[in-house]
Amino acid sequence: MGKVVITDVSRRFFMDDKTEFLALDSLSLTIKDDELVSLVGPSGCGKTTLLRIIAGLDHPDSGSVSLDNILITKPGPRVGMVFQEYSLFPWRNILDNVAFGLEMKKTGRKERYRQAQYYIDLVGLTSFTFCYPYELSGGMRQRVAIARALANDPDLLLMDEPFGALDAQTRNTMQEELLQIWEKQKKTIIFVTHSVDEAVYLSDRIVVLSSDPGRVSTVIDVSIPRPRDRTSPEFASIRRDVLRLLTLLDTTPGKI
Amino acid sequence: MHDKRKINWLYTAASLITCILIWQAVAVYIVGNPFILPSFTDVLLAFILLLGSGTLISDLTMSFLHFAIGIGLALLIGIPTGILMGWFEKMFTFLNPVIEIIRPIPPLAWIPFAIVWFGLTNFSAGFVIFIGAVFPIIINTYTGFSNIPKIFVEAGQMLGCTKNRDLIRFIAFPAAVPHIAAGFRIACGVAWMCLVAAEMFGVSAYGLGHKIWWYYHLHQMTNVLVYMLILGIVGLAVDALFRFYIRRSLLRWQTGEVH
Repeated sequence: MGKVVITDVSRRFFMDDKTEFLALDSLSLTIKDDELVSLVGPSGCGKTTLLRIIAGLDHPDSGSVSLDNILITKPGPRVGMVFQEYSLFPWRNILDNVAFGLEMKKTGRKERYRQAQYYIDLVGLTSFTFCYPYELSGGMRQRVAIARALANDPDLLLMDEPFGALDAQTRNTMQEELLQIWEKQKKTIIFVTHSVDEAVYLSDRIVVLSSDPGRVSTVIDVSIPRPRDRTSPEFASIRRDVLRLLTLLDTTPGKI
Repeated sequence: MHDKRKINWLYTAASLITCILIWQAVAVYIVGNPFILPSFTDVLLAFILLLGSGTLISDLTMSFLHFAIGIGLALLIGIPTGILMGWFEKMFTFLNPVIEIIRPIPPLAWIPFAIVWFGLTNFSAGFVIFIGAVFPIIINTYTGFSNIPKIFVEAGQMLGCTKNRDLIRFIAFPAAVPHIAAGFRIACGVAWMCLVAAEMFGVSAYGLGHKIWWYYHLHQMTNVLVYMLILGIVGLAVDALFRFYIRRSLLRWQTGEVH
């Protein structure tokens, strides 16, 4: 479960000088069940806007997004989200953060703690169960955020540059862990990133967006079997393709 | 670390002792009139005598009753009002003009109406204290609620916390607790100041503020000073107790957060 159909989604913003900015221009995209898709593109191409619309946090001016044939109009537990900034609730310890979604579903205390503990173990933070977010490093916090989103058992997981604030080393480790979790949990994942390397390493498909207006420029299939070797020729070749596309797209003078 | 603390304690003690010595010297050798300025030893003696005569406990209890009525009402009305104003923009626009007009009126200006409405009762004193305490609570609650990082609300919504009631209860309120606690602390200070004035107009035969006025009429300025010092020390103790409690329980999570 977790097929996403994006149909003719447009979203415009008005700038301070009353000029219009077309962040998304009748964009259509279908994402298969259990697929891991990355969105890349020059800054201002509407990656985050698209993700927020899929989440139900923003609304398209026209077009629609559906998940398993049910329209998404407002945020809800069917879709999980891992934000770029630290979004853990600082007043709750790790266990209560991860159990939050289950608490909203009125799951009993014992059951929700049991399930939350499972996901905390899954992201390797067993010994931090009763810590508060401020006691954790950036990478650990994002792991908790992933556990918190997964504990709600969403059909679709959205990730908005979740590892953007982490150092290169931690980033690589987190990517490996995400793939391991994805193998175990089998979810549809839409992953926004600035890093081409990250996109090639993780994705089944890479969707390259153009900016002003925001459209799907190219979709690239990544058929390299996992685990992928970042230094292999196939990896480098796909990387080069994506980078070339991005360079081309970036030369068009864009507005902020 | 331990040594530094010890030295700090020494400074505190030195400060108090110096102050007392100067006070004693000025009272005895320069002023020489206990009606104008009672000396430290006069005050100490009067305090011991007052302990024996026994109204001190009744005064404290009565003052705490007035304080509790005022602060209790202020929390009961101030927190929900602040929440409504901070969460619903229309409620802010609707309520803010009224609040901004009433707020600058000094609480003591309400005394005549307090008497007309509630008579010379404990509630009447509580009402004046309430007026003083409610605004800091409203404003801090409101500020706390309007400064909640959007990311927390959105993260909550994505996890199925979508109703206003749930968002307030599970996201906004806990996030605003530091602000609300700060407002409560300011309110306690204002309430304590209003207490003296509220009791001076004679709602009851006891109370710390009432006794100050009472001993003034009896020209027993030493006793007036005893009660003034008690007001200072009890006020300090209440604040210290509150800070201790807040640090230990409510704000444990805030350690290390930048605010």
